[in-house]
Parts: sequence; C-alpha cells; structure tokens
Amino acid sequence: MAPLLEARGLSRSFGHVRALDDASFDIEAGEVVALIGDNGAGKSTLVKALTGNLPVDSGELYFEGAPVTIHSPHQASEMGMEVVYQDLALAPHLNPVQNMFLGREIPRKGLLGSLGFMDEKKMRATAEAGFAELGGTVRSFTAPVGAMSGGQRQQIAIVRAISWADKIVFLDEPTAALGVVQTRNVLDTIKRVRDKGIAVVLISHSMPHVLQVADRIQVMRLGTRVATMPAEGTTVEQLVGAMTGALDSQTVKRKENAS
Amino acid sequence: MSVITPPGQAPDQQAVIEPPARQSYLRRAANLQSVWILGVLVVIIAAFSAAAGTKFLSTSNFSLISQNIAVWAVLGVGMTFVIITSGIDLSIGSVLVFSSVIAAKIMESVGGDGWSTAAAGIGGALASGIAWGALNGFLIAKAKIPPLIVTLGALSVALGLAQVLTGGIDIRSVPESLTDFNTYIKILGIPALPFVALIVLIIGGIVLHKTKFGRYTYAVGSNELGARRVGINVDRHLILVYALSGACAGLGAVLALAQFGTTTIAGQSLTNLNVIAAVVIGGTSIFGGEGSIFGTVVGLFIPAVLQAGFVIVGVEAFWQGVAVGSVLVAAVYVDQSRRAAALRGSSRPSFLALLGAKKAKEPAR
Repeated sequence: MAPLLEARGLSRSFGHVRALDDASFDIEAGEVVALIGDNGAGKSTLVKALTGNLPVDSGELYFEGAPVTIHSPHQASEMGMEVVYQDLALAPHLNPVQNMFLGREIPRKGLLGSLGFMDEKKMRATAEAGFAELGGTVRSFTAPVGAMSGGQRQQIAIVRAISWADKIVFLDEPTAALGVVQTRNVLDTIKRVRDKGIAVVLISHSMPHVLQVADRIQVMRLGTRVATMPAEGTTVEQLVGAMTGALDSQTVKRKENAS
Repeated sequence: MSVITPPGQAPDQQAVIEPPARQSYLRRAANLQSVWILGVLVVIIAAFSAAAGTKFLSTSNFSLISQNIAVWAVLGVGMTFVIITSGIDLSIGSVLVFSSVIAAKIMESVGGDGWSTAAAGIGGALASGIAWGALNGFLIAKAKIPPLIVTLGALSVALGLAQVLTGGIDIRSVPESLTDFNTYIKILGIPALPFVALIVLIIGGIVLHKTKFGRYTYAVGSNELGARRVGINVDRHLILVYALSGACAGLGAVLALAQFGTTTIAGQSLTNLNVIAAVVIGGTSIFGGEGSIFGTVVGLFIPAVLQAGFVIVGVEAFWQGVAVGSVLVAAVYVDQSRRAAALRGSSRPSFLALLGAKKAKEPAR
C-alpha cells in the first residue's frame, strides 16, 4: 500500500542557503513518525513544505499514492492535515471552546446563522466530547486560555488539531516547554491520537521522548533525510550519530561535494 | 490551575474531566473591568446626588447627559472594535467632519427641508465614512503601516480636505427634518439622538459578542498570527473593522449635523481622544483581545456625568479634565494589575485588587 503522505526530493533554497536539499519523507496511516535533527537541519522547513506553508523549488508530493501539489495551509486542512505549531497559535483571550472552533465556528440554523450567529451550545458540547476523548486535564471551558498552564494549552492545541485532522497531525516540539507530568500527558495524548488511526508527525529534540512514542524515526541533516529507523531497538546513541553525521557515509560525501 | 494530579489519585490515572468549572456568574462578572468601572460610575452618581440632590438626579439632567454623549457613543462602537484588534483610530473626529461636510454639500445641492434631502445626506455621510475607514484599513492591513500612523495621517488629510471643500467656513444648510428630529422627537421617552445611539450600541454589542465577526475581532487582537493560521482572513477583517469605525464616524456626522444644525469643522479636534479614553476606561484593552460595548457605554458616561455634576455642584468645569485624566490612568493601571494577577493564576476579583493594589503588587517582587 502506498504511504499516506510521501515526499520525494523536495528542495528549497533561501538565497544561498539550501534549507531543503533533495529531502524525502513518508508516513503511513496510524503511524507516529518522529522527525529529528539538529537546529537548522530543515525539520520545520520540511513540515512547512508538506503542509502548504512554503512552496518548494522542486520535488513531488504524493497523498495516498496520488501526486498532489499543496498550495495553501487551507488546502492541507481540507485534505485532513493539521499542524500544531510550537507557539500553539491559540488566542490567549479566548476560552478553549472558542479557540477550538476559531475559524470553523458552527453557525446557528436558519437566518441567524447566515447573519453570522454561532451555535455556542453545539460547539461547547463538541469540544467537551473532544477533550473527554483524549482524557485531558483541561478543567475549565470558560476561562481564557492565557490563564492556563503550558500543558493545558498544549492539549487544547492538540485537541483542536485532531478534531479537524482525520489523516495527519504535525506536532512541532510539543514538549519543549513542559514539565515532567505535562510532558507525559502530551506523550500519552500522542499515543491516543495514533490509536484513533490518525498519523502523527512529531518534531522533537528529545531523544527519549521520541523513542518512547514513535514507531519510526526519520533523521534530517543539512536539509535532507539521512536515515530512517524503527524506534524499536534503536538507541539514543544511534540517533545522535545519525544526526551529527558520524554514522552516515552519505552526509560525509555531501560535505566533500560541498567544499 | 495546574495539571497536578489531585491527592489520592494514582498519577497514572488520567484526571477525570470535571464538569467544566462553571464559575459563578458573580465571580466572573467581578473579574470584568467594565463591572468595577460601573461601580465607579455609581459612586460618582451617588456623590453628586448627595451633594446636589434631585437637581442632579433628575430626568432632564440625564436626558441632557445622554444627548451630550450620543455622538461619542456611536463613534465608541467602532472604536471598541478597532481597539480590540489592538489597533487605534485617531481619524474619527476628522472623518466625522469630512462626512458632515459631504452630507451638507449634498443636502445643499439637493435643496429642500424634507426627509428625502436628509436621506441623500445620510447616504453621503455613511459612504464617505466607510470609504475613509476602508482606506485606513487597507493601508493598515495590506501596506502594513502601523494604525497609529495611518489614522494620524487620515486625521490630518480628512480635516484638511474638509477645509478645502468649505474654505474653512461651516455649512449651515441642514434640512429642518434633520434638526427637528433632534429637537422634537422622542422615541419610547428617549430623545431621538440618544435613541439612535442606543440602537447602534445594541447592534454593536450583539455583533461583537454573538457573531463570528465579533469573535474574529477578538482573535485578531489576541493573536494575529494564530488567527491567520486557523484560516481567518485577517487582512480582510481588519479592513472591515476600520470600515466599520468609518461608518460609525459617518453616522456620527449625521447625528452631529442634526444636533448642531451646522458642520463642526473646528469642533472635533479632541473627539478621537475623548472616545478612545471612554473605550479604555470601559475596560477594552489597548493591547487587544479584550473589551466590551457595555464597558464603552460606562466609559462614556463617566466624563459626561462628571461634567454635568461639576456644573450643577458649582465646581469649575475645568476640573472635568483633571478628573477624567486621572480615571483613565487609574483604569489602565488596575486593568494591568488584574491582567498580571490573572497570569499568575490568581482569581482574586479585581475590585478587591483595586482596594489592595499595593498588597497585590508585593508578591510580584
């Protein structure tokens, strides 16, 4: 079966900097793929290119086996892909329900709906169901998100993403700013998302977290994918080796070509 | 609030979702700045009532007050939307003048004292206001010029053009139907101008608090990038919000014409600042994301009541400026302390924070 989403040979330059250099990526349905690499390895750029946030100079995308071009984040959303950005993109003054439905408000029936009135009850019920499904720690649906803890905010952003994505959720450093308990909650959440059959792309710097939740790990270095390995049986040392290039002959070659 | 597992619960167990904390309405209301500022207004009214008795607390006095703030109230609706997007519109006074000149010119050329003449003028004023607002919005959203600069420029240009059009001399050709509307007509016992303002306030409140348009207004002010990322057309929304502010200025122009029977070319130089002060006193955050139309109403009444009260009590009206300025600064200070407290997770009602402002500051150090 063809991968759910596959990228082949994506390249993108910013001036003289090749942010993506013949980068490939693939993910199956219901799989957690971790995307790791050092700062500037091109992880975020790759995610942007995969989700319509950044046009590429060359390369192909395949979605469920068919070639696609994704022009806008909106199109990516319609295909069932959502991104949880590092800054979460929540509106701190709005409550979790308002945030969850931001940009996708459920209109009221009839004339009022076409005038822009919203069905608050229905939105709230849907949101509560979404949070309950993930066993969240969000306690108040009326308080502004800005007054909540980092873990709760992270959870709201994830719940929002999976409520709209039925294919893939991209998580950009979801545990970077969290404490131990909150991090575990997020990792548990990722597992539950996968159990729902939604694929998860996890960008992270934390090798132990990656090994804990990912099914497969793709390592990026200098704008390209240098290794793909199953999480099972892989060690932190191997990952770091791939990230820094110590293990990979390909990157060494590339370096020689570059100089 | 935190995700710490409650005592007695195994850490592995997912915290059960509690029925969403329905904070008591009283508690939530107490956290709104508009509510404690309403308290300030009540105190002011009580003080003047104690000092001047029925002379102050009379229907005619409040009828006068409401007439004085009718135009500002209409402008305040647009300004509330603008400030919630974390913008500012300094141009409303000049746009009002420009729109009233356009309306007066149209009515002058149509001639006559009937409602058809007035309707042409009203249409012209609204169109001119919306055009100015949309231009402001376009420059802010698309050309990315800061709102302060764009509207400061529009303030100057609109007033200048109004003076060019009139040679600096006010036009007095306002049809009687319009001036009579102000002088004689009462709707449900409310004088006509305040009634119109009330309708605009109610519609503004409904749009802000109940519709998608209002929700997006908060979202844009709260986190513009976030709003973009969830697919809200932020540029279009900003243009619409500034156009709304312009439309309010256009309607304000009609009300001002009805009120004074003439254009007020030299009389609107402080209108923008007075309206901004009222909106901010009413708890709308200058940083965006927060605010309400109700707060703006209260914020409008405070300076007006102070002015009327000072006149009746016999204090020089000059003191009004002193009082309003102080309230403005105090309001923003309390608002900020409350915000900081909310970020620390304290849910202490804000009017207590006001009383214990010093105490509240200590833990921050």
